[in-house]
Amino acid sequence: MAEKLLNWDEVLIGGAIKDPGNSKQYETGSWRVERPVWNQDTCIQCMFCWVYCPDSSIKVDENGKMTGIDYTFCKGCGICVEQCPTKPKSLKMILEAESKGKTEEELRKEVFSSEK
Amino acid sequence: MGKKVALTGNEAAAHAIRQINPDVIAAFPITPSTPIPQTVAQFIADGEMDTELVTVESEHSAMSACIGAAAAGGRVMTATSANGYALMWEMLYIASGMRLPIVMAVVARALSSPLNIHGDHSDIMGGRDTGWIQLISENSQEAYDNIIQAVKIAENKNVMTPALVAQDGFNTSHTIEIWELEDDQKVKEFIGEYEPLYPMLNTDEPVTHGAWAPPNWYFEHKISQLKGLLDSKDVVEKVGKEFGETFGRHYGLYEAYKLDDAEYVIVAAGSVCGTTKDIIDGLREDGVKAGLLKIRLFRPFPYEELAETLQSAKAIAVLDRVSPAGAQGGPLFTEIRSALYDTQSRTPVINYTYGLGGRDTQPKHINSVFETLKRIVETGKVEKQFDCLNLRGEWR
Repeated sequence: MAEKLLNWDEVLIGGAIKDPGNSKQYETGSWRVERPVWNQDTCIQCMFCWVYCPDSSIKVDENGKMTGIDYTFCKGCGICVEQCPTKPKSLKMILEAESKGKTEEELRKEVFSSEK
Repeated sequence: MGKKVALTGNEAAAHAIRQINPDVIAAFPITPSTPIPQTVAQFIADGEMDTELVTVESEHSAMSACIGAAAAGGRVMTATSANGYALMWEMLYIASGMRLPIVMAVVARALSSPLNIHGDHSDIMGGRDTGWIQLISENSQEAYDNIIQAVKIAENKNVMTPALVAQDGFNTSHTIEIWELEDDQKVKEFIGEYEPLYPMLNTDEPVTHGAWAPPNWYFEHKISQLKGLLDSKDVVEKVGKEFGETFGRHYGLYEAYKLDDAEYVIVAAGSVCGTTKDIIDGLREDGVKAGLLKIRLFRPFPYEELAETLQSAKAIAVLDRVSPAGAQGGPLFTEIRSALYDTQSRTPVINYTYGLGGRDTQPKHINSVFETLKRIVETGKVEKQFDCLNLRGEWR
């Protein structure tokens, strides 16, 4: 949690929030039980995942291309995987616990190597 | 100096609202408070006010609309009674939690069932823990005066808490009394301009209202809210003093009627206090040291001050116009008993429920309470800690 936790006599009256956009400080990625893993080799850049993601956690570059997943905010809901239209799917869910200590590239190879 | 008028308690509330001329009123009619928004609507139609009157489909919507308007930055008022107040329930907590200084006139009435439209305190006492400031009026004059003061109390920067001003259904709301209506301009000057803290309509400083607070924030916000409510006590006293200096009618946290040396004391709130004062005057003529502690500010409950004023008492009867509903006594009783626990005097305190659903409380009933108090002092025994006034059949 990046936010500073204020004491009761420091909080703004009535729970009002004066700094807009501060939901960025709320790292919902910590909720994740499962995580999506992306395979750029089969991805057709349809951007369905980007449209459907409820947490704006699909990373996009300046050319409008999908470049991966923002795991700081991704809650692991699995909607992107559900929406992915490629066969086989270019996004798959794995248990968060099984991802510990592995890079994104290692995970991609592990998850998608059995296919193709 | 105001002018004497002969009008009902509801009209007194409506005139106070006319003079306050809030930005928004959202209200839904319910007996016995209906004449308040009805009279206000007439004032608006006649061009005497420029308030935006929002007619809604329920009291839940009325309070919701009030919350929205108050968050936007408006001075906001409403009125209700009984089941209407009960229907506002969840929104009452939201108004106080968001620290929106909405002022509401409540004409206190019984809650169904059985269906009853007459006066008692079931509604306001049910909502005593909603975080609102609660002022209770004895008569039309107080209903008028309290509504004007409530605006200034609620909007105080240290308080920023909604306030309700109660008067008794029918006993006060529909009874024509002579009271003083102050000059419009003088009232306007007394309450002053409202400066909202974080108005949503101020686009230069964007603000979020009503956001969620997870377990690591909620507790701090609720305690911050509690501080605002508790701080209102001093403001109630200050505004009451200022009101007295401006209009000649002085108000404190409570009213002590012949209480200085009183040995037999009734503690009560609302219109029954008038009858009680009358009885006390008679008893005093006979040399009986009787007195009344009239509750004005019920929330926050000024327990230290009230306990202090009761130190001369040898026996106390607390009158609650609501069923204790399974508690040790009515809400006023439990508060008073608790307040006295930390003081030297551990005076016997008894409790009566009276006036439910508009049941009459006559001089003979108040007399019987003082008779019981005298018997307690003479015998040193409390036979009944709880009893009912003017109930058919003995409570046992």
